[in-house]
Amino acid sequence: MSFVEYSEFIQEGDVAIIFLGHDSMMPVKVQQGSQTQTRYGVIRHSKDLIGQRFGTKVTCGKGGWVYVLHPTPELWTLNLPHRTQILYTTDIANITMMLELKPASVVCESGTGSGSLSHAILRTIAPTGHLHTVEFHQQRAEKAEEEFREHRVGHLVTVRNQDVCKEGFGVTGVADAVFLDIPSPWEAVQHAKNAMKRQGGRLCSFSPCIEQVQKTCAALADEGFEEISTLEVLLKVHDVRTITLPLPDFGPDRPLETPTDTPVPSNTSVLCKTTTPPREMAGHTGYLTFATKPRV
Amino acid sequence: MADNGDDDSQHRVNEGDYVVLKRGDIYKAVQIQKKKKTVFEKQWFFLDNAVGELYGTTFEVVTDGKLQPRKPKHIESSADAKEAGTDNRNIQDDGKSQKLTRDDIETLKEQGLNGQEIVQQLIENSTTFRDKTEFAQEKYIKKKKKKYENSVMVLRPSCRILAMMYHGREPGKICHLRYDTLAQMLTLGNIHAGSKVLVFETCAGLVLGAVIERMGGYGSVVQMYPGGGPVRAGVESFGFPSHFHDTLHEFPICHVNALLAGTLDTEAKDIDTNAGQANGDKSNLTQTDPEKAEGKGGSPDTEDQSMETSTSTDPAEDKEREEREKRREIRAQEKIVKTEEKRKKLSAAAGVLKGRNADGLVIASRFHPCPVLLGLIKFLAPSRPFVVYSQYKEPLIECYSKLREQGGAVSLRLTDSWIRHYQVLPNRTHPMLLMSGGGGYILSGTTVATDTTKAKTCSTTAEEPAAKRLKLTETTEG
Repeated sequence: MSFVEYSEFIQEGDVAIIFLGHDSMMPVKVQQGSQTQTRYGVIRHSKDLIGQRFGTKVTCGKGGWVYVLHPTPELWTLNLPHRTQILYTTDIANITMMLELKPASVVCESGTGSGSLSHAILRTIAPTGHLHTVEFHQQRAEKAEEEFREHRVGHLVTVRNQDVCKEGFGVTGVADAVFLDIPSPWEAVQHAKNAMKRQGGRLCSFSPCIEQVQKTCAALADEGFEEISTLEVLLKVHDVRTITLPLPDFGPDRPLETPTDTPVPSNTSVLCKTTTPPREMAGHTGYLTFATKPRV
Repeated sequence: MADNGDDDSQHRVNEGDYVVLKRGDIYKAVQIQKKKKTVFEKQWFFLDNAVGELYGTTFEVVTDGKLQPRKPKHIESSADAKEAGTDNRNIQDDGKSQKLTRDDIETLKEQGLNGQEIVQQLIENSTTFRDKTEFAQEKYIKKKKKKYENSVMVLRPSCRILAMMYHGREPGKICHLRYDTLAQMLTLGNIHAGSKVLVFETCAGLVLGAVIERMGGYGSVVQMYPGGGPVRAGVESFGFPSHFHDTLHEFPICHVNALLAGTLDTEAKDIDTNAGQANGDKSNLTQTDPEKAEGKGGSPDTEDQSMETSTSTDPAEDKEREEREKRREIRAQEKIVKTEEKRKKLSAAAGVLKGRNADGLVIASRFHPCPVLLGLIKFLAPSRPFVVYSQYKEPLIECYSKLREQGGAVSLRLTDSWIRHYQVLPNRTHPMLLMSGGGGYILSGTTVATDTTKAKTCSTTAEEPAAKRLKLTETTEG
């Protein structure tokens, strides 16, 4: 297993995602002799996981069952331990496409945070790309490095514990794309420009507040970036439901006819297969600002 | 570090390259061919001068349709304190403030003034320009620039650019798939290098190209196609290196059932690789339809020939007949070679599919998604994602329900993406006035191992949660 390559069977040291049902999942580090408690009972790693195919049904101690899934960056985003507020798949998907990420891309990212976007980037740029990620918080930087190793993607990423606004990304002239998710992205624009290839590249800045966006756009324009564009995306989920709608009774159709012994059968309700929106939805995550560094 | 002359060549335009032309928000995909007239945004020009320049260069269209690289952005002299007003209370919108007539402007164009200069002329000949507020002046300049500029940017194609191009120019060709929806599909489908992905699409090859781009030439992609042959026009526009095509297979869906049942014999000589051709009409197996038509109408077939030999003894005609026969033989040979090639391709694709261990499935077509999904999902290994796009919601509701019934998939989600662009300017920041009304819907999920015994009544397969159903019936009674 790795986050950048599928494998068929579960092995010691893998990270697996236990699917408990309807949006309920948990990550698990597979180890000989270990046990994991779930609401359906205990899962014994050696007996129930190791050697099994990803995707199989595992019966737990109390008799209920779960599925064991192969990890993907998307599943990881939903299950990772939060050290910071994270980016979710909707924003990640757009960032990936708008930055034109693909295998062999070299990407600079700051801040690493909890590694949600980092994992998605690594999956997209593997096997020949590289991610230079900068995190100014020491423990978070260390934790991220540890996770990348456990997830078998360490060879694709370099974590630097420094302040990107003061010291940059630690590399120059190599990046195809730069991503900023920091409080003051306008302070890092020049560093971003230096980290990017001379022939150009793409940049993205994620900011929750419009004031940050305004300052960043101004800084980008000053540094000669082109195609500056700000947008936001939201995901709307549709819950599929079969609903019952009762029909009104306006009385019999032909009231002048003599009533028969058997009453005319009529439907009292109709079943309708439709979708309903959830009660609440994410209304705002952040504004995404994209720009192109032109070739000099 | 990586900035030497060698690297540059990768970033320069070559003849034969597939590129995308850009002006403002308008894109067009073309191939660089010297001495070929290209039309873009009501202008004709030659792309010859683009060859050798770096990608991302902006060109001006000058006389004779030649391209001239523009100097790097000259910062507008907006720093000068120009005369401006405070508001529009005294500005009459009577259509008389511009002194230049349309003919005057045409004359200026003919004189060879570039866009920048024409805009300058318009400003000087506008009686109300200096009364406008600074913001209004900027807006006016921007508007005129957009109308009179004749610059073209030459871009390297990418999924992002092509998706925006198709959505802006020909959304009907891509089932109105909006670019952010495509982005969701690629990520939810975990498309990455080294995997084996099945694609069924009728989006002119845009979706297929996007998948191929994310695979980077590693792994394999099988395009399942309906009808006579795979449509891939959009894939060309991506300008992939030729070795990427080695990873691309195709398989006609008319053979899916046979493959699943294990009865598909790809060794059979008369296997047809087209849908709808029942048995052995070999002439249909070649792609060269005009050839086929000629073969039927142009050269005589055996009956006619025998008639001819009995009536004609003209040596010139004999020679002609000989040559016709030769040509027919060559064509027949070509057909045999082509058929064999196609058979080999079919066999290779079948080989890739047979193991039923594909890593991902992407569906985006005008066909009803339900049968497509239910048919193709059988080729996926367990614990792998699938993504189905539909322009409409209802067909996906059906997919969702059928999948719930038959099992084999978890985390089913029916979603659509909402996107809004912003204008960001000092004191003028707001969302754009127009936004997309819709970009289609996606059903996504993950496969799981199917039980041989269907366990429909398991407590953990939460369907439409019972609690919620009760609530609905309560409110309808209220």
